[in-house]
Amino acid sequence: MANKHPRAPLDYLNMPAMKAWLAGVFIFLYTPLLILILFSFNDSKANIVWKGFTLKWYVKAFENTQLREALLNSLLIAGVCTIISVVLGALMAFVFWRFKFPFKGPLESGMSLPIVVPEICFGVAVLMFFAKLNFPNDLPYPFNLTQIILAHVTFAFPFVAIVVRARLEGFNQELEAAALDLGATPYQAFRDVIIPHMKPGLIAGALLAFTLSLDDFVITFFASGPGTITFPVKVYSMVRFSVTPEVNAASTIIIVITVIATVLALRAQSATSAKAN
Amino acid sequence: MKDWREDKTFFRATIALPVIWFFIFFVIPMAIVWAYSVGENVGPVDVAITGTFANYAKAFAPEVLKVMGDSIWLAALTTLICLVVAFPVALAMTFADDKQKTWLLLLIMLPFWTNLLIRTYALIAVMRTSGVINTGLEGLHGLLMTVGLPLGSFEPLPLLYNKFAVVVGLVYVHLPFMVLPLYAALDRLDKSLIEASLDLGAGHLETIRRVIVPLAAPGIAAGLVITFIPALGAYLTPDLLGGPDDLMIASLIERQFKRANDWPFGAALSFILMYITLLFFAVRAFLERKGGKVGAH
Repeated sequence: MANKHPRAPLDYLNMPAMKAWLAGVFIFLYTPLLILILFSFNDSKANIVWKGFTLKWYVKAFENTQLREALLNSLLIAGVCTIISVVLGALMAFVFWRFKFPFKGPLESGMSLPIVVPEICFGVAVLMFFAKLNFPNDLPYPFNLTQIILAHVTFAFPFVAIVVRARLEGFNQELEAAALDLGATPYQAFRDVIIPHMKPGLIAGALLAFTLSLDDFVITFFASGPGTITFPVKVYSMVRFSVTPEVNAASTIIIVITVIATVLALRAQSATSAKAN
Repeated sequence: MKDWREDKTFFRATIALPVIWFFIFFVIPMAIVWAYSVGENVGPVDVAITGTFANYAKAFAPEVLKVMGDSIWLAALTTLICLVVAFPVALAMTFADDKQKTWLLLLIMLPFWTNLLIRTYALIAVMRTSGVINTGLEGLHGLLMTVGLPLGSFEPLPLLYNKFAVVVGLVYVHLPFMVLPLYAALDRLDKSLIEASLDLGAGHLETIRRVIVPLAAPGIAAGLVITFIPALGAYLTPDLLGGPDDLMIASLIERQFKRANDWPFGAALSFILMYITLLFFAVRAFLERKGGKVGAH
């Protein structure tokens, strides 16, 4: 940073060429998003010229019943998906961390497949699965979201398992041994020693599951019945027709939610690695 | 690590839920797709599982091959651009101090966590005919005209709905996929080797080419696979940013289910994409094992 000192040979970050490159990359990554946010406050519908500050697109977005419904659906789906994914992911992480058992290797690779399989392939599979089951498409709200939630949990919980597993690797096994020595049952040791240790991992995993669910378009597109709509599906249909400041406003709300979730997740995760070291 | 027999009840209680969930909602749906991929349409809604390979054979029709070729080519180009763009970023991150590292990571990750649809939409708003770039260019054009340059009338650049837009979109979306594995690989390097190379008179570019790249090869390979695979299977970006001639595999699969209603063919295409994905991951695992052995010396 300080130019008083000569630059060390490996201090690539302070090379002017490198600074220019980084600036270019971040301009590329952030300009579209910043413009999107900026124009959600622009008092002009079609024009991209700045006409003054307004909040009317936010009011409009909130008055748009379908958009509001879609946003609430997405948040509800993400919430339920997070709870189930955290439970399943934590159990999965724990089992693979704690026990040796036959077919462990293949099962572990198999269960991380939902992470690597292209979204479109899993989306198609979910569509065919519910079609084969003759799963009812006309359940009353909120049960019409069941298919989407089931699908989201399936791809989200292996991600949670990875995060929680990383946290468990830093666990001092002697703590559990001490608890058992002092008369705790294995279940009590799990509840009172291991779960508290898992906690930052559980929080990071929960936020990850929440964002993954909120972000998903492709799988939802295939899993949802004709009447159910989520935020990405609604935005998709709006974007197909035109670019409107209303979509900008709704997107800005989602960006704010995501940024908050990301910062919280990174905090939880850095607490994880700091303690593990 | 304990043997499961030491604590059978606890083992069963913890493993049951995730495994049952995985089998019901992942293995069975995938098995259904696989079964359909060897089936044929026998009515408007009925499919008979006949064990035919006709659906896979259909994937070799010229128009389908063209889509596959385009997809592979667009994904490969995206991966290459990502590598070139991300390498210096990863290098800078590696040698930054802890605080700068955290910030750079956060800046790279934030767009990655932002809704994919929103990011694609943001690109549309920038690149469309009356978008920020074209309006800016039009303004510049007008300015140059008033200064007296004979430029003729302004033609907006066709930035959207072509392969250019698809590649820009794919790079935009997949850049973090490349930065993170590269950073992970570079961060593990023995920095004294790089210092030695510089001390002994090699320039920065030569050091990168002859020391850093060979040592970080497994990480680079990981970055290539991790970027290429999602780019190959991308649905939203080519669908929204590409024109009618810029189909990629995922859109072709989607069509078989929504418009064309040829589920067995769609299932076969989906499995072809799966096989390509798994093949790449197998290659990566192989390279990693090989890299691990080299590193152990």
